[in-house]
Amino acid sequence: MAIAFDLNGERVSTDAAPDTPLIWVLREHLRLTGTKFSCGSGVCGACTVHLDGATLRSCIAPVATVEGRSVTTIEGLSADRSHPLQKAWIAEQVPQCGYCQSGQIMQAATLLKQNPSPTRDEIIQHMDGILCRCGTYGRILRAIERAAEEG
Amino acid sequence: MKTSEQIDPGASTLSRRRFLKIAGTGISFGVVLGATGVQVFGAAETNPALEKVIGAWVRIDTQGGILIYNPAAEMGQGSMTALPLIIAEEMDADWSKVRIEHSPIEPDIYGRSWRPGGRGTMLTVGSQAVRGYFTKLRLAGAQIRRVLLDNVARQWQVPVAELTTEPSTVVHAASGRRISYGEIAAFAEVPPELPAVGESQLKAPGDFRLIGHSVPRHDIPAKTDGSAQFAIDVHLPGMLYGMIARSPVHGGRLAAYNEAEIRAMPGITTTVQLEHGIGVIGESMEAVIKAREALDVEWTKDAPAETFDSEASLTGYSEIPGSDQMQARKLSGQGDATAALQQAAKRYEADFLADHIYHAQMEPLNAVVSVNEAAAGADVWVGTQSTSGARSAAAQALGVDFDRITLHPCYLGGGFGRRSNSDYVVEAVHLSNAVKRPVKLMWTREDDLQYGQFRPMCLQRLAAGVDEQGAVTAWTHCVVGDGGGLLASGIQIPFYDIPHQHIEMCSVSHGLRLKHWRAVGHGFNKFAIEAFIDEIAADQGLDPYQFRRRLMHNAPRALNVLDTVAEMADWGGAVPEGRARGIAFGERSGSLAAGVAEISVDASSGKIRAHRFWCAIDAGIIVQPHNAVAQSEGGIINGLSSVLFERITVKDGKVQQSNYHDYPLLRMSDMPEVAVQFVASEEPPMGLGEASLPVTGGAVANAFAALTGKRLRHLPFTADRVRALLG
Repeated sequence: MAIAFDLNGERVSTDAAPDTPLIWVLREHLRLTGTKFSCGSGVCGACTVHLDGATLRSCIAPVATVEGRSVTTIEGLSADRSHPLQKAWIAEQVPQCGYCQSGQIMQAATLLKQNPSPTRDEIIQHMDGILCRCGTYGRILRAIERAAEEG
Repeated sequence: MKTSEQIDPGASTLSRRRFLKIAGTGISFGVVLGATGVQVFGAAETNPALEKVIGAWVRIDTQGGILIYNPAAEMGQGSMTALPLIIAEEMDADWSKVRIEHSPIEPDIYGRSWRPGGRGTMLTVGSQAVRGYFTKLRLAGAQIRRVLLDNVARQWQVPVAELTTEPSTVVHAASGRRISYGEIAAFAEVPPELPAVGESQLKAPGDFRLIGHSVPRHDIPAKTDGSAQFAIDVHLPGMLYGMIARSPVHGGRLAAYNEAEIRAMPGITTTVQLEHGIGVIGESMEAVIKAREALDVEWTKDAPAETFDSEASLTGYSEIPGSDQMQARKLSGQGDATAALQQAAKRYEADFLADHIYHAQMEPLNAVVSVNEAAAGADVWVGTQSTSGARSAAAQALGVDFDRITLHPCYLGGGFGRRSNSDYVVEAVHLSNAVKRPVKLMWTREDDLQYGQFRPMCLQRLAAGVDEQGAVTAWTHCVVGDGGGLLASGIQIPFYDIPHQHIEMCSVSHGLRLKHWRAVGHGFNKFAIEAFIDEIAADQGLDPYQFRRRLMHNAPRALNVLDTVAEMADWGGAVPEGRARGIAFGERSGSLAAGVAEISVDASSGKIRAHRFWCAIDAGIIVQPHNAVAQSEGGIINGLSSVLFERITVKDGKVQQSNYHDYPLLRMSDMPEVAVQFVASEEPPMGLGEASLPVTGGAVANAFAALTGKRLRHLPFTADRVRALLG
């Protein structure tokens, strides 16, 4: 039985087994590779996507759990890097290796949706635990503040 | 819907063919970086003599577009922007017209030699990319500019000396004429040998338009929308997936496994026996993951690491120096340190320890390899610091010539030294060769950690003697551990004037896989040296900053860096209640750095909190200041993470940690406010990617001592260790 869900505004379906982690369906079956695999156990945040507007760690979510629901990946955040966070990420020159940044941006996007003017502490609380090995945290923080200011 | 770009495996021959085709619309230049320096030659589009050259550094099309190749791995350090910018500077290219691509992996053309007379290699390690390519790329750019000028001089019948350049434009001031590089490309003739250009003809630093002026990084936009291409993102028609179960004890070999059961599992194509493990190949990632979970493998028990217990071994290291267990190897020395220690008015001794640590790059190791059916060659997609080395390793694994392998360099989701080894490329070659189909080899996080290659654990035994005036006269340092040269990096103290020194190493062997880790041995060596210096200063009742100033009295560059950080941090000024500051100095890859940490300690939890970190660096000319700050910030965060949290332990030969839950990295909530400043310099660029990291351990330990009076002597300074120390 195919599992159908909305992906970045389009209906998609997959023949993957229901217990297949969503990340492999996104990356290998549907070839949307912006969502990154890193820990495979939901502890680093590199695989973060949105499920009905809330953050979801796609590496531990079986694809069956998104059936009939709406998933947004980094590819669906904007068509042309026009999301305020993407613009701010470029303005602040945030990424280094870049591997964690899809997850960072997707995590940040849910914060700004709920709280358009977060304090620094609120940003840290929301972003804490989305790991970056290159040490770009300071720039991530500034980029979120910039996106909040510039909308 | 946007999907990731499909890569056409037939594109393997792209480089030369496309080069020749595009070259028809413009002119091309080849540059050979040979052992003895740079040889540059020009290329007319139809010249068959150039067939050995696969591509070139620069192409200019008649519309003025300029393609410049980057020869280094892009692992987040920004070389893909900085290196082409160096060529653009000397050829006076309009940066807005420059397009950047990774160069083909042709080490004879794009590599550089690491020793006199050696062949070129393409290896991005040791903060060497900008430093190592700087002069060569400048000369290449200057020669290209000279060819453009010569062509205009000929066309306009004017002396070349009357011509100057502005970005992508040649100007003849006397007649007011101007011509763009694109227009020149339409008629330019390129001599078989480009005119020689000497270093004296390069721009004066004051004339730089690009070097020292930050431009946006080339790779960043694609890293904000998921389109940046890492090897893990590659998908090929007919591609299978592969994973490998490796011995939990490094060095253990495959003895037996449940082959029939695994091969019968749904979606499994085959299994592949490797010496160090068993490969599983299947139709989907999820099928392969399930099969690997179902593997029941028996490993040989004869690996040297089989009985290794890292904590017990580390404890035992303290018995080694000066004992008859082994002969220490002298690394360096001057004067008579033994006699000077005996004659000292006061003598100090201390041991410092460091645990193994792991790279933890966010993209786990992976590679996509497509061995063609006749096994006459392969295409390899990989993120590697060692592009030419990976190409060689793949050729060797397949038993074919270097030329039969096409390596497609991808972005690296972090390198930090782990990705200069080609072990994972060789594995992927073997898997693909077994099925003669493209295979994506994936390492899970657990694979990446448990079959990691670690920065070695070690013991540092230091002793120093001080005379009646408080001057340090004698210094001995013995490092004990496995890893050879990995332990020796950073153990020297070239900027401290201590007349009698003896530095040595005692090497043991445990059979654990070890590797360079960002800044290599500087992390633990500079920690031990700087913490020890601090201890002596405190006992002498001297300010640690002033104490170091005295030791550096004949090293003006080092003094300048130390004074700069002291000024940045307002050293000696007011410090918020409950906090203290520590200072440290260290050199790495030619750069000098000094850091000040401001910390507090939660006595009940034992958690150290770094609130602020100041860092001053002398790295010579800074090619890209904005990115250089980013690299230095990253080095500090990476360093603090290793100093506060990171620890690999081994028991019964098995690595005890498995993922980020038990190998924690520094998080955003742990991040200090960071300030970085570069000392103004017109000296050639030095290494920057690691420069700020070595000072973190000493700065934090010294701040801790200032705060609590206790000395942290064992990396990392975990909460339980701090609690134990504070009692």
